Amino acid sequence: MSIDLKTIKHISKLARISVDEQRAEKLAGDLNSIFEFIEKLNELKTDNVEPLTSIAETTLKLRSDEVKSKNIREQIIKNSPQDNEDYFVVPKVIE
Amino acid sequence: MSDITKQSLTELVENIKNKKLSSRDVTKAFIDRSEKSEKLNAYITNDFTSALDKAKKFDQKPNFDLKLPGIPIAVKDLFCTKNIKTTAGSKILNNFVPTYESTVTENIWNEGAILLGKLNCDEFAMGSSNETSFFGNVQSPIDRNLVPGGSSGGSASAVAGQLSPVTIGTDTGGSIRQPASFTGIVGLKPTYGSCSRYGIVAFASSLDQAGPIAQNVKDCALLHEVISSYDPKDSTSIDFKRNHYSKELINNIKGKKIGIPKEYRVDGMPNEIEDLWQKGIQYIKDCGAVTIDISLPNTSYALPTYYIVAPAEASSNLARYDGVKYGFRAKGENLIDMYEKTRSEGFGAEVQRRIMIGTYVLSSGYYDAYYLKAQKVRKLIKNDFDEAYKKVDAILTPSTPSSAFKIGEKTNDPISMYLNDIFTVPANLAGLPGISIPAGHDTKGYPLGLQIIGKAFDEQNILNIAYAMEEKINFKNRITDWWIK
Repeated sequence: MSIDLKTIKHISKLARISVDEQRAEKLAGDLNSIFEFIEKLNELKTDNVEPLTSIAETTLKLRSDEVKSKNIREQIIKNSPQDNEDYFVVPKVIE
Repeated sequence: MSDITKQSLTELVENIKNKKLSSRDVTKAFIDRSEKSEKLNAYITNDFTSALDKAKKFDQKPNFDLKLPGIPIAVKDLFCTKNIKTTAGSKILNNFVPTYESTVTENIWNEGAILLGKLNCDEFAMGSSNETSFFGNVQSPIDRNLVPGGSSGGSASAVAGQLSPVTIGTDTGGSIRQPASFTGIVGLKPTYGSCSRYGIVAFASSLDQAGPIAQNVKDCALLHEVISSYDPKDSTSIDFKRNHYSKELINNIKGKKIGIPKEYRVDGMPNEIEDLWQKGIQYIKDCGAVTIDISLPNTSYALPTYYIVAPAEASSNLARYDGVKYGFRAKGENLIDMYEKTRSEGFGAEVQRRIMIGTYVLSSGYYDAYYLKAQKVRKLIKNDFDEAYKKVDAILTPSTPSSAFKIGEKTNDPISMYLNDIFTVPANLAGLPGISIPAGHDTKGYPLGLQIIGKAFDEQNILNIAYAMEEKINFKNRITDWWIK
């Protein structure tokens, strides 16, 4: 299997990371060698193996849905790169 | 007392309780040494002024019933600290100030500890050498231009260099044990679910665990006792009966059965590592325990499995960094363009690489071939340990396949960097506790570590084994203070 530039472009779009030509080529090289290493798993027959989906074999506990953090709105907004005091601001979405 | 920073955590606690030292004496000593140690680049953010204030307050109204009375402690910058910048070593969180405190750090403050500062680490804990941090690489106190290991490299440097009596790190694939091994100190990765993940910047949620890094096993046990707790705020936190790990620490391991897994004898492993392992086996026998040859047949599949599971979870966890609610934002022509540029400029190369791997293995048409396959192999790896633990109480292996390497030596070859974690990753995949203790030096004079892997929730047992071995090994770390003029 080989990951080509077209695939890199596709993944970078899914991952929302812009990648220029030069980086795309570097990434293709890196990913190909990493996947070559990963392909080792194909040596193993796993048809009848149950996948491990949770390492902590416990059932989720229920808790009441209560507000614990109060009056931190200002501090939360302060962390945003752009705001207008009441909202997070993003580039215009609707024309 | 001029040698305050040389004292162990246990000694400092004793001396504060006996009023031979004040919290201010201790805090001031570690701040002074930290200030002289800028060259190590161990800190991302210091909180020295406020630490001194807190120490003074403690001395005015001391509470000697606490487990860490007025003890200054620096923590990895992956733990959210309320009102104190938390970066995860990334440009994308460069200016993030949490409105909440991680449970693990909350636990240490509740026992009287005082925050010294936030320690450097690989970006989002992705790395084995502390070279991926946006804030620059960390130097090892062992030698100039030597990596301290990673991802908790700043934490390891801070303990080995005596900038903080102990620290807290996180371990997703070896990020506590490998740097502890590289710098000649002790690091414990607890059982998955033992320490709360609440407030820790997430990397791979099914693998991440916080744990103590210390000068010796007793300090490690004490800090672990404080940080391990059941926490309703983490849905994978496990409610089990926790020991008084430091009080119950004993060096009698007579009759314990220790497994030696033949699959950890990997191709190309230096003789020095094999020799160290053999010495470890002898120490075990000297302690009156027995060693038993065991097999963990799927060991060689652990690293490839890890490099599917961890990036997959990371790509999902890191989707939240979009430049909207917090962190760095790049200018974009529209919303999507802003997202893509923010993530391209905000994440470093290694993080981007792992997000790309993770996105690919989870993408339509590849999920079964990679992610599902990895989950199945993960089950086989866990089964290997379950089988082994029918015969043995714990397992002894080397911590790393080599000693620390030079800065820049492996940055261009991701696979050779990943191979550093070959002995530590299996415990994360199986959710088991593992401890690395310093056990000798290689021909270059660099420290080498041995790892003890235990059964789930059996931290007391591996701490006891480590404690007994520590006494026999009698390791002395060679710290020359090369970075202090």
